[in-house]
Amino acid sequence: MSSLEITNLSASINDTEILKGLTLSVPKGEVHAIMGPNGSGKSTLAKVMAGHEDYNVTSGDVLLNGTSLLDMEVDERSREGLFLAFQYPAEIPGVSNANFLRAARQARLPEGEEIDAVAFYKELYSKMDQLGMDRKFTGRSVNEGFSGGEKKRNEVLQMMILEPSYAVLDETDSGLDIDALKIVAEGVNAMRSPDRGFLVITHYQRLLDYIVPDYVHVLSDGQIIRSGSKELALELEEKGYDWLTEKQLNKT
Amino acid sequence: MKTETDTEKSIEIDREKANFHYDVDYKHDAGRGLTEDTIDYISNIKGEDIWVRDFRKKALKVFNRKEMPTHWASQDLDSIKFDEIRYYLSAGQAPKRSWDDVPDEMKETFERLGIPEKERNFLAGVEAQFDSEAAYSNVKDAVSEQGVIFVNSSEGLAEHADIFRKWFGKVIPTGDNKFSALNSAVFSGGSFIYVPPGVKVKHPLQAYFRINAEQFGQFERTLIIVDEGAELTYMEGCTAPKFETSTLHSAVVELVAMKDAKIQYITVQNWSANVFNLVTKRGMAHEGAEVRWIDCNIGSRLTMKYPGVVMKGEGARGEVISIALANDGQHQDTGAKMIHAANNTSSNVVSKSISVGEGRSTYRGHVHIPKHLKGCKNNTECDALLINPRSKTDTYPAITVRGNQHATQHEASVSQVSEEQIFYMKQRGLSEAEAMSLSVNGFVNDLVREFPMEYSVELKRLIDLEMEGSVG
Repeated sequence: MSSLEITNLSASINDTEILKGLTLSVPKGEVHAIMGPNGSGKSTLAKVMAGHEDYNVTSGDVLLNGTSLLDMEVDERSREGLFLAFQYPAEIPGVSNANFLRAARQARLPEGEEIDAVAFYKELYSKMDQLGMDRKFTGRSVNEGFSGGEKKRNEVLQMMILEPSYAVLDETDSGLDIDALKIVAEGVNAMRSPDRGFLVITHYQRLLDYIVPDYVHVLSDGQIIRSGSKELALELEEKGYDWLTEKQLNKT
Repeated sequence: MKTETDTEKSIEIDREKANFHYDVDYKHDAGRGLTEDTIDYISNIKGEDIWVRDFRKKALKVFNRKEMPTHWASQDLDSIKFDEIRYYLSAGQAPKRSWDDVPDEMKETFERLGIPEKERNFLAGVEAQFDSEAAYSNVKDAVSEQGVIFVNSSEGLAEHADIFRKWFGKVIPTGDNKFSALNSAVFSGGSFIYVPPGVKVKHPLQAYFRINAEQFGQFERTLIIVDEGAELTYMEGCTAPKFETSTLHSAVVELVAMKDAKIQYITVQNWSANVFNLVTKRGMAHEGAEVRWIDCNIGSRLTMKYPGVVMKGEGARGEVISIALANDGQHQDTGAKMIHAANNTSSNVVSKSISVGEGRSTYRGHVHIPKHLKGCKNNTECDALLINPRSKTDTYPAITVRGNQHATQHEASVSQVSEEQIFYMKQRGLSEAEAMSLSVNGFVNDLVREFPMEYSVELKRLIDLEMEGSVG
C-alpha cells in the first residue's frame, strides 16, 4: 500500500489531549493541505508523526506505506521515508551544512557502503542552484545565524537531498517574503511526483497559491472537521475559520 | 560518518585499543614508597652526576614539606597513596634506534598504538617511553644533520649538560607546587630537545608515553630549548591500560623559546579512568618569541593541568588552546596561566570543555599584567558544554590587570545540547549517538582544526567514543 494513512489518532502532551481521533489519508502523488486556526493541533500532528517524545499517543495509528511508524524511533521513521520540514529549524553550531547532509545521506546507506563525495557535492550544488543558494552556504553551520527565509530554504534543500516518500511541511511559509516563498514553492513543486506525497500545514491560504493542493482539510480542536478541493482554502480565506468552527459547534 | 553498525564495530576495537598490558620482567624496580633510598636507587641505575642526585634529594625534601593543594583543588587528591606507588620500573632496556631491536612486548605495545606507522608517515622523530624509560628513540637523519638534539632526560643531562643544565628547573622551579617537586625528585624519561638558531624543523617530533604497570607512577621530564629564530612542533600522546588501582602520572614540561623562536606543543592524552594526571607545563618566551600549547585532555580520573607562558621579552606571544572532555567519574581541572613580563606582549586562551554523564570540568585561568608595563593584550574565552542533566562545570578566571595601557577581553559561556537539536538531527535520519557526536564535534570544531590532520581525525574518533555511552 503506497500511502500515508492516519487513523483515529489521539495524542496528548502533559495530559492535555491535543489530537482527538484524527483520520486522514494521503495517497502517493497527492498534495494535501491542512489548515486551521492557531491551537487547533497542526504542529502537534507534524511532531507526533515524526515521533517527538514530548507527545504521548493514546490511540490510533500512522501507517507509512503500510508500516506503522508509532513504534519506531525518530531516526527510523526518517529513514523509512518520512520528512518533516520544521516550522522552527534547530541551529547546530560548528556543524557545516555539507557535513550534516552528508551524514544524513550516509545514514541511509547499507553497512560498509561509503558515500561518493564527488557525486554528492555535484548533486548538492545543482540543488542549491535550483533554490538560488550561494555556494558559501555549504561551509556555514546548520541554520546558525540564518534569516527566517534562509532557514526555510534550507529545509527544502534537505528535503531535496533526502528524497523522502512523504514530506510534511510545517508552516513553511511563515517568515517568508513573497520572493522567498516563490523559490521555496518552486522547490517543493519540483519534488512533486507520482511516488511522493505531501502534507502541507499552513495557517494562510497564500502558500497554496504557489503549492496548489489536491485536497484541503480543516483541522479544529484536534479533528478534521471539513475536507474539500482547493477551493475550500479560498472560502476559508474569505470567511475565516469561525465560519466552520461555529458550524461545528451548531452540529453538536 | 559511518553507518550505525559499522561505527559500533570500530568502537569495540577502539575502546580496547589502549586497554591492554603485557607482563614484563622488570629488571629494575625501585619498590613501593618514596624515600632517599628510592632516589639513590634511581640515580645509581642511571649513573647520574652528583649534582643531579643532589637536585633530586633536595626536591624530595620540598615534596615532603609541601601541603596537598586541597584547600583549592579537588579533595580526591587525598586518595593518592604515595606509599603504594612504584616510582621506577624498567626492563633495563636502552632506547633503540630501530623498532627491530626493541623488546617484543614493548614493540608490540607501540605497534598496537600505531606509533611506528605514524612515524613513517609524518614525523621527524619519535621517542617511545614504556613505564620509566624509553624503548625507542630515533630522529630522521635530515633533522639530526641540522644539529637538532632529541634525547631523553638522562642522556640530556649526562651528554649535553652544557646546553640543558642552564635551563633545567628554571622555567618551573622544584618548589612551584607539590607535584613539580615530586617530579624533580624521581623524574625519568621524557624528551630533552635542542633546536639550533634558525633551524625550522618541518615535521613534528613526537613522544609517546605508555604506562604498562599497575600501581606505578610515571614521571617524565621534558625540556625543550628552541634557539633564536628557530621553530619546532612537538607532540605527545599518552595512554595506559585500565587497572582497578590508581596510577599516577606527574610530568614537568619546560619550554624555552629564545628571541623570535616559535614552539608549538601539542598534547593528545587519552588516559584510562584510574590515572591521576597532575602535570606542570610552562614555557618562557623571549623577545618576539611565540609559545603555543594545544592541549586535548580526554580520560583520567583527575587531571590538573594549567599550561602557562611567561612572556619575558618585548613582543612575545603566548597561547593556550584546550579541549577537555570529562566523562562519568572524571574531573578535568584544566586552564591556563599567562604571565606578562614585558611590554607589548600578547596572550590568547581558548578553552572548551565537555562534561558527559556525571563528569566535571573546571576551568582555572590566571592572567597577570603588572602596572609598569604597557601595550599588553589578553583574550580569554572559555566555553563549557553540558551533555546530561548531572554533568558539571565550573569556571575560575582570575585576570589581574594593573595600569591602563592594556587591552583584555574575557568571554565565558555554558551551553547544552538541546533536545530540539537532537530531535532535528534524528528527524534527518541520524541515530541519537550520531547526533550527539555531531553536536559535540561541532562545539569543538574550530579548535580541532588547530591539531595536525592525523590527530584531528583521531580526536574526532575519541570524542565519538566518549559520546557513545552518554545517550539513552
